[in-house]
Amino acid sequence: MSVFDPTETGLAARSEGQSWLERIPIAYWVVGLVLLIMPALAGDFMLFQIFGWTFILGLIALGLMFLGGYGGMVSLAQMSIAGVGGYMVAIFGVSAIDTISLGWPWYVAIPIALVIAMLFGTLTGWLAVRTEGIYTIMITLAIAAAFFYFARQNYVMFNGFSGFNGVLPPMLFGVDWRGPAAFYYLTLFWAALGYLVVLYISRAPFGLALQGVRDNPRRMSALGYNVTAHRVAAYTFASLLAAIGGILLTWQSAQISPGTAGIGPAIDILVIAVIGGMRHPVGPFIGAFIYVILKTYAIDALVTLGLSGERFQLLIGIAFLVIVFWSPDGIIGLWDRLRENRKRDPLTGRGGEGP
Amino acid sequence: MNAELNGGSTISERLGATGTANALELKGVSKFFGALAALSEIDITVRPSERRAVLGSNGAGKTTLFNCVAGDFPSTTGTIRFFGEDITRFPPHERIRRGLRRTYQISLLFTGLTVLDNIFLACVGVSRSRFSFLRPGRDDALMASAENLVRVVHLEDAKDEQVATLSYGQQRQLEIAIALAGAPRFILFDEPAAGLSPTERSELIEILVGLPAHMGFIIIEHDMDVALRVAESVSMMHNGRIFKEGSPAEIEDDPEVQALYLGGEDG
Repeated sequence: MSVFDPTETGLAARSEGQSWLERIPIAYWVVGLVLLIMPALAGDFMLFQIFGWTFILGLIALGLMFLGGYGGMVSLAQMSIAGVGGYMVAIFGVSAIDTISLGWPWYVAIPIALVIAMLFGTLTGWLAVRTEGIYTIMITLAIAAAFFYFARQNYVMFNGFSGFNGVLPPMLFGVDWRGPAAFYYLTLFWAALGYLVVLYISRAPFGLALQGVRDNPRRMSALGYNVTAHRVAAYTFASLLAAIGGILLTWQSAQISPGTAGIGPAIDILVIAVIGGMRHPVGPFIGAFIYVILKTYAIDALVTLGLSGERFQLLIGIAFLVIVFWSPDGIIGLWDRLRENRKRDPLTGRGGEGP
Repeated sequence: MNAELNGGSTISERLGATGTANALELKGVSKFFGALAALSEIDITVRPSERRAVLGSNGAGKTTLFNCVAGDFPSTTGTIRFFGEDITRFPPHERIRRGLRRTYQISLLFTGLTVLDNIFLACVGVSRSRFSFLRPGRDDALMASAENLVRVVHLEDAKDEQVATLSYGQQRQLEIAIALAGAPRFILFDEPAAGLSPTERSELIEILVGLPAHMGFIIIEHDMDVALRVAESVSMMHNGRIFKEGSPAEIEDDPEVQALYLGGEDG
């Protein structure tokens, strides 16, 4: 297992000995502390644009990591589900398009948005789990494309091409949550929560069973598990992560339009998850950070070199190729190998302490 | 052994509820792969506490029979009743939840998990905690029953080891522990003794003979000695058909059986 997890030999061994606080590895303390004091170190642009965006994209890609890494299902619909979350907050809550927006308070609009996005994700999963491998990718890509074109052409609910602007987070506790430091902590909170929950679930019955379904669906069926239901439930959970990310993303740019959930962004989420690595929930956040850095600074770098700034996608593509070429498991795979790979656990994707 | 295995109550309660129905009742079960009949018109009736051995040469259809009963793939024709209930069209997990269990000839274990986690996963599968987002605590009941099963199959020393590091014989024992998870009412053992050393074989026999008396099973076995020691009745299969049923003694003495099977093997 990577450095980010306590060494575990089994569920039972885990609960013996030290308290849970003592079992948190040192890397968590260091990373946690650095992230907490980041607003004292970094400028507003870094906080809001680089880290805020990293946490949001990481959270959406975390859902894909959960599906892909633990469930063996690669979905391209994560960004569409995030888009549904963002759109629903704009439609049920407050936006500048007051002819459509219902203007309901945030504590009504946000739960409705989450539920609708999860329903959408569950339906997507229900269709997708009937297929495997490349066909899952195709069907979720088709759903992503359908959602994009539907949102762009529907003016009654989705306000067509221009979408919604003026979608702001509520002024809860008198804080402007779009302020750089506040938004940083807001996104950090949800990213960290998502990360910890995924890590926790990976060793809970639901997560263990999901990994069992990935490795050997026939056996899981013979153990009494409804394989289809388990897969669909995984989509539902991944949708929750995507929906939270989608709402935060909408607040960050204060707007949502079809382009937010287009084919390009849908594929970007897959790129992020693959670059970071699908074996551990930290992967999507590493991938998101690299993606955001490239997307933000590649233009400057290219212009400095006398090349056209529009070619920044080329850099992202090259980075993707290099990483996938050197390590199919992404950055965390590279990291693990550097740490002199111990034997890998095929069910949990973790390295075990040998016998 | 009985109380250790399941706390006693559940199985007997369930048995009471279903009265005197047969554990397993197959009528006219056939399985075709294209034009090939892997099973033709199988009729079998097994009482709840009965221990039946199925013998037959390779390709006789024994494992196919298990696959149809456990639902790995559906039978082409015929009906399968489990304690009176028609399960012919049930998906595998529904059959398992009703108390049917099977082991696999080729171990389908989760080799990256520990012995205990494998059994725990099996216990969770037939419980209501399948979708639980909570990790098991110290006094988790399912974990406790998993620990019990570790003892039943004598794997105490290996319980925290990864399955990949176990010997073949230990993996077979684990396979049996998994089949005993939850409250099994009837078990299908697919060649549990295959590939075992003589010592492991006698340990296996000890485990099988020591199962609670009310727990019936069907065992596929090539080894006559194992089959005849654990089973009280025998079905002989050949070319997808059952051509003889009887007590072990009757089967051993049957000239047709000797010609087809025993004679062939003993040379």
